[in-house]
Amino acid sequence: MADHWTAKLDTYLDGELPADEMRDLDAHLRGCPPCAADVLSRLQTKRAVHSAGLRYRPSPQFRDRVRKSIASKPRRSPIRMWLGATAAVALLLIVGFVTLSVRRGEMRREVFGELADLHVATLASANPVDVISTDRHTVKPWFQGKIPFTFNLPELQGSEFTLVGGRVAYLGQSPGAELIYQLRKHQISVFIFQDRGAVRELGSSARSQKVLSFNMESWNQGGLRYFVIGDASDDDIRQLADMLKKAS
Amino acid sequence: MVYLIQVAEERLTAATFEGLAMPLFDQLYNFAHWLAQDRTEAEDLVQETYVKALKGFSSFQPGTNFRAWIYRILRNTFLTSRTGLKATVALDADDGPELPAGPETPETIFIEHSQHQFLQAAIESLPVHFREVLLLCEVEEMSYQEIAEALSIPIGTVMSRLSRARKALRESLQQKLVRS
Repeated sequence: MADHWTAKLDTYLDGELPADEMRDLDAHLRGCPPCAADVLSRLQTKRAVHSAGLRYRPSPQFRDRVRKSIASKPRRSPIRMWLGATAAVALLLIVGFVTLSVRRGEMRREVFGELADLHVATLASANPVDVISTDRHTVKPWFQGKIPFTFNLPELQGSEFTLVGGRVAYLGQSPGAELIYQLRKHQISVFIFQDRGAVRELGSSARSQKVLSFNMESWNQGGLRYFVIGDASDDDIRQLADMLKKAS
Repeated sequence: MVYLIQVAEERLTAATFEGLAMPLFDQLYNFAHWLAQDRTEAEDLVQETYVKALKGFSSFQPGTNFRAWIYRILRNTFLTSRTGLKATVALDADDGPELPAGPETPETIFIEHSQHQFLQAAIESLPVHFREVLLLCEVEEMSYQEIAEALSIPIGTVMSRLSRARKALRESLQQKLVRS
């Protein structure tokens, strides 16, 4: 056995010797039985270590776990996210708007119904007004100290409307003015309240509608809410409303 | 548009990585288990290796040796683990002159009796820097160049360390033979 070659046997078996040395060692092994036996022994060891070294196997569950951890995860595109967020906001707005509309509708019916009741109650009363006067300069000052606001009344000269008088009315525990006008044989109530609380919830836009067959016109102006209600025609109600708007 | 390209690139990267890395899964796990000598630690090691490798996949140079690259990550991960630190504390100057193999070949006796467990116990008893180089050469059948890349050491060191590992294995087998 040549020590010169012995030191290179493992490298030879690993296939890492330079080509010329491989050729030379091949030639040497053919003529050196001890070295050939050594190579055989090392080769067996090599195979045994290879076999023994393949000892551990990962579980399928662990493999799946790792595979999932490195798999490309679908990421939601910002466009989709933006659309989703927009849709969610839109939905919320729609729901909010519908809820508000329903709530306002209910409140409007409630307030208008109450005003219609006040109007009917006034007409049915033996003393429909507390201040009887056709003079707006008498009626308006009468409210001083009785309600927490003041208002202007229109000049009726040249119109068919007549001021009958006024009284204090309450809507949602808030005091306000009720003015009675007459048009031909129709009694018309004009209610004026501060635009707050339940009244404010009615919204800002002018409304013209029928309540219990009464015609009604409503609007807010200068922090006050006006309601004109009566059994006169829609045009007559609107005409009185326009006169009040101009006076305010 | 830029985003879509980025997403496509990410998916392509993940798919490419998976295609390269998953076929090596069993080998890496086996190697990790040999290093850590504990199933849970081996799983942690492999898991961390895959996560790190995917994260750093952009730094991998296409055309170079992916197997050596990911083994290097696994090995570095192991070295910084608690078990790895403990195992390498006693790392001696192993890169000295190559030692000649002894005339005895007791391993032959073990092989003839197919005593795998003796061989496995002998491999287990090797210091980690011998164990890893031996396993990469004999089990993973890596070239010296690949081993050098995986262990971040020169080829000369691979050769000397491998030679010493083989000698230590023979000695370990011999001791076990005497005890038995």
